[in-house]
Parts: sequence; structure tokens; C-alpha cells
Amino acid sequence: MTKPVSIAGVGVISAIGNNVQENLAALEQGKAGMTKMEYLSSAHKEKLPVAEVKMDNIALAALAGMPAYISRTALLSAIAAKEALQNAGIQSLRGLRSGFISANTVGGMDKTEDFFADFLNDSGKGRLRNLVHHECGAATELVADMLGIKNYVSTISTACSSSANAVFFAARLIKQNILDIAIAGGTDSLTKFTLNGFNTLMILDQQYCQPFDENRRGLNLGEGAGYVVLVSDKVAKALTQAPVCALSGYCNANDAYHQTASSPGGTGSYLAMKGALAQSGLKPADIDYINLHGTGTQNNDIAEGTAIKLLFEGKYPKMSSTKSFTGHTLGASGGIEAVFSVLALQHGLIYPNLRFETQMKGLPFAPETVFRKGEKIHHVLSNSFGFGGNCSSLIFSKLQA
Amino acid sequence: MYIKAAAGISPQVSFEQILQSPASYSGNRLNCAEPDYTKLIDARMIRRMSRIIKMGVAAAKDCLQQGDVHDPGAIITGTAYGCLADTELFLSKMIENKEELLTPTAFIQSTHNTVGAQIALMLKCHNYNNTFVHRGFSFEGAMLDAITLLKENAVENILVGGVDEITDTSHELLSRFGLYKQHPGANINLYEGTSKGTIAGEGAAFFLLFNQPSGNGYAKLDGMDTLYKPSSSGEVAGFIHDFLERHNTRAEDIDLLISGENGDAHNDKGYKELKKQLFVNVATQSFKHLCGEYPTATAFALWLAANIIKTGKIPAHSKMKAPKKILIYNHYLTIHHSLYLLSAC
Repeated sequence: MTKPVSIAGVGVISAIGNNVQENLAALEQGKAGMTKMEYLSSAHKEKLPVAEVKMDNIALAALAGMPAYISRTALLSAIAAKEALQNAGIQSLRGLRSGFISANTVGGMDKTEDFFADFLNDSGKGRLRNLVHHECGAATELVADMLGIKNYVSTISTACSSSANAVFFAARLIKQNILDIAIAGGTDSLTKFTLNGFNTLMILDQQYCQPFDENRRGLNLGEGAGYVVLVSDKVAKALTQAPVCALSGYCNANDAYHQTASSPGGTGSYLAMKGALAQSGLKPADIDYINLHGTGTQNNDIAEGTAIKLLFEGKYPKMSSTKSFTGHTLGASGGIEAVFSVLALQHGLIYPNLRFETQMKGLPFAPETVFRKGEKIHHVLSNSFGFGGNCSSLIFSKLQA
Repeated sequence: MYIKAAAGISPQVSFEQILQSPASYSGNRLNCAEPDYTKLIDARMIRRMSRIIKMGVAAAKDCLQQGDVHDPGAIITGTAYGCLADTELFLSKMIENKEELLTPTAFIQSTHNTVGAQIALMLKCHNYNNTFVHRGFSFEGAMLDAITLLKENAVENILVGGVDEITDTSHELLSRFGLYKQHPGANINLYEGTSKGTIAGEGAAFFLLFNQPSGNGYAKLDGMDTLYKPSSSGEVAGFIHDFLERHNTRAEDIDLLISGENGDAHNDKGYKELKKQLFVNVATQSFKHLCGEYPTATAFALWLAANIIKTGKIPAHSKMKAPKKILIYNHYLTIHHSLYLLSAC
């Protein structure tokens, strides 16, 4: 068991809202973010619904206070990271060792795609301005520079579990007195590259996804960014508002089964959840809500469900996949779902798993279908599992009085 | 923290070869001298792997064999560019075929965590697995993750490495940014002259880090630190000064400074100033004529330093006595500055 690290604030932008307030309202009203493709330009526009942030790059740039030609991934990141700092009530980072640890999966690929189309026609062509922020680290630096964060910047990329890793890495740096404050989470914008990649794997749902449903057909891709602000005890005491909650446990494990598929027993998922519980010193029965990875694919949901069945045997917490609202935001999902987990603790919320109809045959439990507030929630488990067998679980807990 | 094993695939065949006579190159692109992979990886796996995956997995396997470790407590990788060849392949096909008739293989292997994932898959290792992708701090991110994870006492040992590849396309594109020399000359003369640009490099280097010394290891890693976008040369000097002070080391205690000049006059100015200011009487060894410039070149530098400490032999100073303390200082394109302090164990 290790010491929990306080979380002072959160920031989020997704298909269901441009800030915390809007996301909360959509979660309460059961409004999903999937629509027909409007901002991404793709040959699959008519066939594949996506969960887009409902703004073009010019509007996002105005909100972010950044130029509109840079990657949408960086714009989304900037908006959510700025909100997180504000939400934490932090006016200035002066005198604090601050860090920005952000995750993403394809960096500035949205712009690289434009560049490459010209480049393939003529290798002397293509605007370098569209390529210069290709690397995953570039988006992180653009945002860190804007926020004035210099002491530590880092980028993690482990596919769909990326930003969960960013969150606990930040916590560890604070625990070991390397940083006083860190904004951690992740960002990803929709790109043709990822859309077509997932499409070749035949795991995209042509309808709106139905996570943890017996008749689930696949996932909808989404985009967005989500960050939590982690602070040292010293910073927590100096803040005008008390920390919202704490990250009490985390674990990273690998499924080591297949590059893209999960093992049938969900070995990696099981190890990640079990390890996070062990680190937090909690028993399975202490968990009040699980924010599932719950992508809606055949493979993920049965693997994750089987691991939960084994670990929580007999006493299953309430659970849901908020990907039924936001779509699967890949490198941002762990960050966005960390924000939703923190909000669940803060306001006593349980989110519905939209469009759920039929319980999965192999599982003795079903996800929640109605929004609840005023629930007594002390501990929330958030799962993020990805390609490459990368599995991470985070546990957020109310601070002890 | 101790480096028990170190293995690298680089434009140089081996450390022994560097001591005897480093491989010479005349172009502005240094490709890895790739080993016979069948000695390290299952032939069925090799067929499906792209070049960067083979390099990464082979270096990792070599490292694990040296250290006699079968199930490392964690596998942590740093890569700035990730799996470029597969990324380009999928991207090109997607554009050429107008998003139709695509196959998943290149996409599956394009994700930045593929090398780390393939190592886990090869070993059936369910332990901690992470990948850092932050430009000139990609390897440093992996190292800090490893160091702090070991300090958390969560694991006994960690496999950590840095890997990046050059492809024809990446070389062409980075050339358009003006990164490389147009008339490079021999790599051995990289630091002479005043021409603009450097030479491109690539490589994979992996290390086994332990909390405890093991007797037959390479070196003790006293510390590592990074500095992002310093505003002045004074800030860099202060960063190095504070780092040494934190590790109770004076500049004159350093037996060898391994520094990251890349042959570009503007880029190298800072190194020259620092040597004059802080390391007047310290022997130095450059390394980018051996491996070229790339964002995870510090992984090669650490491999070189570990080998120098273990063997007591310095490529640039054949008559010098075995160094006890080595400092590595590198910056990537003046943005990402990093330091490593190693000593004999």
C-alpha cells in the first residue's frame, strides 16, 4: 500500500461537451456524442458514425488560444488542460515544480495525412508546417509551452491505455518529491489513419455501440482530451479549495497474448485490477463503481467481463462504460474516464451504459442503465486496456477526513 | 541503481569494433549494422516483424540473455518516431487506395508500443509495460519511469531501452527540414569544419537495471536528469552544476565526459562553451560520429558509457587509465538536454 496522491481538479473536452459542466449535463441527460461524421473528411462518412467534438479547428483554436493550423490533437489537449488548472483553482505555477504528462496515440497524424497526400504525388511537395508537429511529443510541448510548464514534460503512448499510464506516472513523480504539481491525462483527435486502421480490423460498429451487451457489434471511435491535476500535500494545503479526491491505487500489467486481441480470460485486465486494489489496500468489495474500458467489441468486453467476474466474485459493483457516450477516444480515453471517475466521487454519480439491452451470456452481471446521483461512492475503479496487451487500472478514492 | 546488462544494435558492429576501428561512413545516413536475428528471435516471429521491431526485440533479448533474466519486472521503451515503416506503409496505401481495400497488418504494427509489446509477447511477460514517445526525451522518459519504479520497490529489475529507425521517407523528410549535411565527408571527421547540419542515425539499446549490485554488472547509474528548453547557456551550466552537486561530485572528479556534438556548428556551440566553463581538464569522448544523430541517441551513449566502465577502455583515449566516473551530457537540437552519471561498481 502506498500513499494516495491528491487530485485538485479536472478538465475535459469530448463529443458530449467542451468542458466539465457540459459533459456532466450530457451524462445526466443520457445524450450520446455519436453522430454522422461532420468534421473528419473520410470515404467512410456515410457508413461509420463517430463521436466528434462539435467544433471545427478554427473554433477550437479560438478556445485554446492557439493557431488554427496546428494539430487538432494539440488544440483539444490545450482546452482540457487549461480547464483542469482553473478547476483546481490554481492561478499561478510560480515557485512550483510543475509537470505536464500527456498521452496520445498518433500525434499530429491529422495534419500528416494532409501533408502525405501532396507528398505522395510529388516528393518535393507538401507543406512542412503540416508535418512539423507529427511526433507524439509535439502536441505535449505546444500545450506545456502555452501553460508555462517547464520542469517536466513527457508523452506516453501505449495505445488505448496511454493516458491511464500518464496519470499514475505523474502520481509517482509527486510521491517521490520530483514534482509539486502535474497535469496528467491524454488527448487524441479523430484521424483517417486510425479510422481506417480500426476499420480493417473489422471492430467498428456501423450503428451506435452497445458495450457489454450480448449483441454488441464493435466500437465507435471518438476524440477529445481529459486531464487531472495531481498535487503534493504541500500544494494541497496551500490551495483555497480542498482536493477533490485522491489516486489511491494503480497498476500496469500486460496480457502478453496477442498484438491486438485480449486473452479470453482477460489475464492482463485481471492483473491490472488486482494490482491496483493491492496497492490501494482495498478489497474488491470496497469498490463502489467501475468505469469499464467497455469498448463494445466482442473481444474486449468478454475479456474484461471475465476478469471482473473472477476478481469480484459474488459481489459486483455498479459499472458502466461511458464510451457509450464519448465513443472510444483511444489515447484520451484513460484521461477522460479518470475525469468521469473523479466527478462520480465528487458528486456521488453513477453513469448509465447507454443502449444496453441484453445481458452477456457468460457474465452474471449487467451494467447500469440509469443515471443516479446522491450515491455513496468512496472508491471508483477505472479500466484502460489496449493493443499490445497494455492494461492499466486506476483507483480513485475519497479523501479520508 | 545498477546496470547489470547492456546490449545495442547501432551503425557499429560492436564495442570491440569501435575500440579497434569504428565503421566508417561517407554519407549523411548511418544505418544499423544488423545482426543475424535468427540467433535471438524465433524465425516465425522474425518474418512478421518490421526492421525497428526486429532491432528492438533483438537488443532486448541480447540484454536479457547477458543478464540471465527471463521475466523482467518491467519492460519500458522509449521511441520518438515509433514504427515509421509500418506507419508510412499504412498511410500511403490508405491515400493511394482512397481508404478502400486495406489490410490491418501495417496498422497493427504501427502503434508506438509495438516494440515493448512484442518483447512482452516473446517472453510471455505479464509485468509492467510502458512506452515513452517524447522526442529527444523519449529514452529519458523511459529511464525516469524505470528509476522511480525501482525506487517504489515494486520490482527487482527492469528492462529499459531506446529505439528509433530511419526510413527512406523519414530521411527525405527530415532532410527537407535542413537537419543533415549536404556534403558530409567521413563520419570520423564529423566535428571538423563549419558546415550546417548533422548526419542521421538510428539504433536500439536495452539495459537491465537492478536496485542491488550483482557482482558482474556493467556500472552503477548514480543519476539521470533532464532540462527542457533552457533560456540561456547559463541555465544549462546551472543545471549541470546542480546535478553534480546533488550527487556529491565535482567536475574534476569526472574521468570522462561523453558529449553529444553532432557536427552542426550552431548546435555544437553550447558543448564548446560548457567544456571551457565547467570541464577544462576533463577528457572527452564524442559519440555521434559512431551512431549519427537521432532523438534516442542517448541510449547509444549510455551503452557506450556502460561498456567503457566495464572494460576500462576508452575509444578516444587508448592510453588513458580505466575511468571510474563518467558523465554523459547531450542535447537534442538544443531543446532536450539530458545528463547521466555513471561510476564503476
